[in-house]
Amino acid sequence: MSSSGITRATLAKDLRLEWRSKDAINAMLFFALLVVVIFSFSFDPTAEESRRIAGGLVWVAFLFAAVVALNQTWARELRNQVLDAYRVSPAPPNSLFLAKAVGNFIFVTVLEALMTPLFIVFYNLRALGPAYQLFVVAALGTWALVVNGTFFAAMSVRTRSREIMLPLLLFPITIPALLAMVEATSSILTGEFSARFWIVLLVAYDVVFTMASLFLFELVLQAE
Amino acid sequence: MKRAFPILAILTAVLLSYGLYGALISAPTEQTMGDVQRIFYYHVPSAWTAFTLFFLNLVASIVYLGRRNPKADALALASAEVGVVFCTVVLVTGPIWARPVWGIWWTWDLRLTLTLVLWLIYVSYLVLRRFSSSGQTPVLAAVLAIFGALDVPLVYFSIWFFRTQHPQPVIGGGGSIDPRMLHILLINWAAFSCFATLVCWSRYHLEILSREVEEAQALESLVVESPR
Repeated sequence: MSSSGITRATLAKDLRLEWRSKDAINAMLFFALLVVVIFSFSFDPTAEESRRIAGGLVWVAFLFAAVVALNQTWARELRNQVLDAYRVSPAPPNSLFLAKAVGNFIFVTVLEALMTPLFIVFYNLRALGPAYQLFVVAALGTWALVVNGTFFAAMSVRTRSREIMLPLLLFPITIPALLAMVEATSSILTGEFSARFWIVLLVAYDVVFTMASLFLFELVLQAE
Repeated sequence: MKRAFPILAILTAVLLSYGLYGALISAPTEQTMGDVQRIFYYHVPSAWTAFTLFFLNLVASIVYLGRRNPKADALALASAEVGVVFCTVVLVTGPIWARPVWGIWWTWDLRLTLTLVLWLIYVSYLVLRRFSSSGQTPVLAAVLAIFGALDVPLVYFSIWFFRTQHPQPVIGGGGSIDPRMLHILLINWAAFSCFATLVCWSRYHLEILSREVEEAQALESLVVESPR
């Protein structure tokens, strides 16, 4: 089986599992919904204010919700020693990693697609800048969260109290990406600044950490 | 090597006391900030020491991944722990200095934020080491150290741009530094570096010893149980 074939097979398996159980997506959706409602209560912003803070709220909500899905990525493979089976199999580790990262990317994108209308309704949002750029920011930002999240989930699954460990590892490293997503979104919503620098920064972040993850994933998978 | 340790300890004690005398008594009082500026002689050398230790941690981590030498891992652990301590000193003395001078405890300035993010990354590094089972800790920690290092330039550029968009806080004027002040700063820097080396060395030695004890205990339990 070619390495892209392994990627596709693993991805299809994960998608099918998720489609049948809907564990991750339900938990994420409800969690994100709670965050939206609680933020909306506690700030009660006007349209002008919410345009300025929405970037932060949206991405913090997605970040927290994404952790739910990311935690399940590898924990699912611990049952019946599937992860050990992966380790002894001749399949290249990177195709496994890519399958998991793309799977998480799809889950988080679905979450974003479902939650964004709610944000628009609750916060009365309308972009004053070029709105099409929001899609670019969303795609790049989601990949930034997911590629590091999948990698660190593989690390945290090897530790005690792994569900707490993932955000502790992920959040510090994600700070520049989160800042870029938040600032890009706010710039586009308010239309005051150009978001170009932040988009370039996100591209740089994605490239650097995708390369690093692919380069180092085998070490993490085989760590004994 | 064993003989070098007490020599280094004495040197550290001499330099630290001379540095303390210099910082509190012989250094001239700064014109606008007054005596509060004297914290500078501890703040800046701590920062330099912390960054040096984090760099040492990165080098040791890469060496560990390449050679799988447990000594490199012990050095990585020691430098990260001591580095976090010095970084904490920086983050505590910074606001104490900033409050009377800038009128605020904290600002999202480039260097402040970078130091804070580095501190967060290395605290998460230590948490990871504490929570993972002993066999895989070195590899996972070394990988995290590399990720942290890759993150630093990205943090730098993001904060740099973030700040250029937003109003700058009032920062005590640049200007040139009095040569007497510079002299004391360098003495303190040397003192802190010696002190950090000393602590790091002890911590490294302790780590090696505790690993030897662990191995001996594991071996002993095997020996005791086998005749039964």
